[in-house]
Amino acid sequence: MSVLRPQDQLPGLNAATILLVGTDDALLQQLADAMLKEDCASTLKVHLAQSLPLPSNVNRPRIDLIVFVVNLHSKYSLQNVEESLHHVDATFFLGKVGFLATGAGQDNHCSIHRNTVLRLAHTYRSPLFFCDLEVEGFRATMAQRLVRMLQICAGHVPGVSALNLLSLMRSSENPFLEDV
Amino acid sequence: MDETVAEFIKRTILKIPMTKMMTVLKAWDFLSENQLQTVNFRKRKESLAQDLVLLCKENGVSLNDAALLDIICEDIDLSDMEQFKSSFKKILQRALKNVTVTFRDAEENAIWIRIAWGTQYRKPNQYKPAYVMYYSQTPYAFISSSQLRSNTPLLCQALTIASKHHQIVKMDLRSRYLDSLKAIVFKQYNQNFETHNSATPLQERRLGLDINMDSRIIHENRIEKDRVQRVTQEIFGDYSQPRLEFAQYKLETKFKSDLNGGILAEREEPLRCLVKFSSPHLLEALKSLAPAGIADAPLSPLLTCIPSKGMNYFKIKDK
Repeated sequence: MSVLRPQDQLPGLNAATILLVGTDDALLQQLADAMLKEDCASTLKVHLAQSLPLPSNVNRPRIDLIVFVVNLHSKYSLQNVEESLHHVDATFFLGKVGFLATGAGQDNHCSIHRNTVLRLAHTYRSPLFFCDLEVEGFRATMAQRLVRMLQICAGHVPGVSALNLLSLMRSSENPFLEDV
Repeated sequence: MDETVAEFIKRTILKIPMTKMMTVLKAWDFLSENQLQTVNFRKRKESLAQDLVLLCKENGVSLNDAALLDIICEDIDLSDMEQFKSSFKKILQRALKNVTVTFRDAEENAIWIRIAWGTQYRKPNQYKPAYVMYYSQTPYAFISSSQLRSNTPLLCQALTIASKHHQIVKMDLRSRYLDSLKAIVFKQYNQNFETHNSATPLQERRLGLDINMDSRIIHENRIEKDRVQRVTQEIFGDYSQPRLEFAQYKLETKFKSDLNGGILAEREEPLRCLVKFSSPHLLEALKSLAPAGIADAPLSPLLTCIPSKGMNYFKIKDK
């Protein structure tokens, strides 16, 4: 299975699974820990991957949300995400994909411009979050947001679907980018 | 008795400086007190050696005895640190009338040298000295770059002559940490001083990651991660790396580009470019690059060859 599809499998009972894709293993691990600390009625699972495609001979639950983590300090991490995006089916981008850019706080270490990730997220019609994952407070807040988002994407919040959420978030986007 | 043994003994005796001759012969304990008393130690060394060899033949010297003499010569420090010190000082004082040279014995066979530089007409400047750490049993000396750099050639010349070598070569290896320089130069960095249980399976020894195996977290690329760990360990080993702050690469290579054409690609002359890596602990930082996901494993050999080649300043030209 070299391309991830959202409806390839039946959902598990009360299960919500998020896939974090990024090269910064330590940061992903910390974010995963922060998410699992949250109180949540659903059974959470966090999958961490360096890149896509995922190994094919593995039993894994249905993935409800993919978050691509780009470290603004590393061109390598952006390149890795760009290549991984090819392995995700288009239907995933209806609210089940997000981008997270970390490292914006240390401007002098950034080798990727903000606009590059903004443009990337816009191309894929998906929300973009800026969060310095190295800072514990920011990371905890981001973890909370991701857990709520995951619950919606897994269909555990009655009346709100992933696509609803996407449209809600889109309306507050920067109007500049509509032309890009 | 074999003539080769006699020749070997003669040559060994010729290598011993006169000041140490009695000490060595007494330690060898092969020739008796009486025999030694019959020898005239004020003769020229060549004929003294011949006399001693004759006495040895009388006693029926064997190859074993000759080998023992050789060991004793090595054991008693024949490099003569005192001679080095006085020779070094004389050379500097002859060249520059005003210079302060101070010695301090460090560990076994090593001395600190402090040199304060003056000129023919000015007193030495005590605030900008140069320091040298010299290991007499090795062909290495470690020099701190004094701020008065014009004196460095003279310092190198004095070291060369006093230590009885033919020339001195500056290694492209610089660091603020003398212990690390020593570890690299004497090839002692690959010793693991920590008690390390190398029987622990690979999964439990993760560089820099929290070993917090919550079962709700699944690592998809475990195989790749293990590969990176393995490759990193093969290259860098388990031991802690010597401490360097910089690696500098001076490139003089033609510009290479994937895209066809472009102004730079048409240049005939090499492009000159300097790449400098700096870190509080460069080698540990390089070691953690691949496990942290910042670079691919294996790293470029230009980076990983630093301790084995004993260089951290490189000049790279097209072949």
